[in-house]
Amino acid sequence: MAELTAVLASTHHPFYYKATTSPEDQRPPYAADWQRKVEAYRETLTAAEPDILVMVGADHFHQLWLDNYPQFLIGKQETYDATFYNEEREFGIPKYTLAGDIELSRYMHEELLGKDFDFSVSHELKIDHSIICPIITVRPDADLPIVPIYTNIFVPPLPSPRRFYAVGRAIREIIDSFPSDKKVAAIGTGHLSLELGGPRQFGEHGPDPLFDADAIEWLSTGNIDAILDNVTHESMAGAGNATHGFMDLLLMMGIAGPGVHADYVDHLDLFHTREMYMTWYPNKTQEQLDAAARAAATANASTGPIYASDPAWEKFRVTQEQA
Amino acid sequence: MSKYYVNKFLYTIDRDPEWVASYREDPRATVDRWEKEVGGWLNPVEQTSWLEFTAEEREALATHDYVWLFEHGAHFFLNLTLFIALFDEEYAAEKGPLAFQTEMAQKLGHWTGRDYPSVAM
Repeated sequence: MAELTAVLASTHHPFYYKATTSPEDQRPPYAADWQRKVEAYRETLTAAEPDILVMVGADHFHQLWLDNYPQFLIGKQETYDATFYNEEREFGIPKYTLAGDIELSRYMHEELLGKDFDFSVSHELKIDHSIICPIITVRPDADLPIVPIYTNIFVPPLPSPRRFYAVGRAIREIIDSFPSDKKVAAIGTGHLSLELGGPRQFGEHGPDPLFDADAIEWLSTGNIDAILDNVTHESMAGAGNATHGFMDLLLMMGIAGPGVHADYVDHLDLFHTREMYMTWYPNKTQEQLDAAARAAATANASTGPIYASDPAWEKFRVTQEQA
Repeated sequence: MSKYYVNKFLYTIDRDPEWVASYREDPRATVDRWEKEVGGWLNPVEQTSWLEFTAEEREALATHDYVWLFEHGAHFFLNLTLFIALFDEEYAAEKGPLAFQTEMAQKLGHWTGRDYPSVAM
């Protein structure tokens, strides 16, 4: 059977590419710290030695549209083009051509249907920055075949948090039963609290740092009960109108499993939003744990959960109490 | 509110550089042309017979009024991305990075702490 060697859940940020590839004197002040953390995070994937990447994201109205919008969709192609004109225009993200693992796409699709997850399918899917951003950050050589999975975090009514988690659990079972000797890594991106196109966008911090504190604790401890008790579509909207991308991180936690502590956790307050980089090693090896420890030393990250009681969040509690 | 039709406008303009340039230069004429050439078509052959803007929607689009569009449930992502395409470069050159995005937030400031208009359809 295939081996799931790593699960990565991270935020994606389309500014990263330009911020870290512009001439030095044109880079924003936060670029160096950001790049150091991302390149350390990359090492946690490299240590998993993947052959195939199962990638979870969400199309941002680049291809999928309101005349026929799927809740969950899988790509089933040997090749994927990536990056749309308006992403090049706004973010300077280059175009890519990625190989697809059609065998795992086919198996994944059939097995999901067999488990009553009625996924839509695309045979002409073009990949957007929800999947290209993590390629840029954790696998910039773009040299591995992918299986892309898209979710609806954008077009209400949305599937429930419980459903996102259940899809993650199903994907885990399917990867574990995939008849192959390949090593698979699952990489999904979404958001912590985030505001786009509303009054709280591009502020000094993300719109709800204390949601982020809870979210990082819940995800990094696999605390599905706390998430299902506390996170609803309405509560996410209260934390920022685009916070529903958190459900893709929840899906990844579903792949890792309930109560499973993450092996690498990092975050970065990037003014208008908080970045988060999390890795689980489902079949831990000493080499993987050593790689995570080295990366954590470089990035000042943690090799285990980060709790909401962490002193890093104190300043936001004070602010909220004052308010 | 024909939210779908407004969103269709934002979506199909944003994905095409020629339409973006046209909408920036002459929004009112672009809205008229778009309704004839794009809005009423499901694909190059099939027409959709029943889609149309209200007078208020047409006026908001013809005046680049993203505050009105937000307040009437246009999708926040489309509403942000297209107006970034129109204004970001000029604002950034004059006032620094993210100046347009910051101004947009300020113009919507009266919604802070309230439930935003729903983008659901």
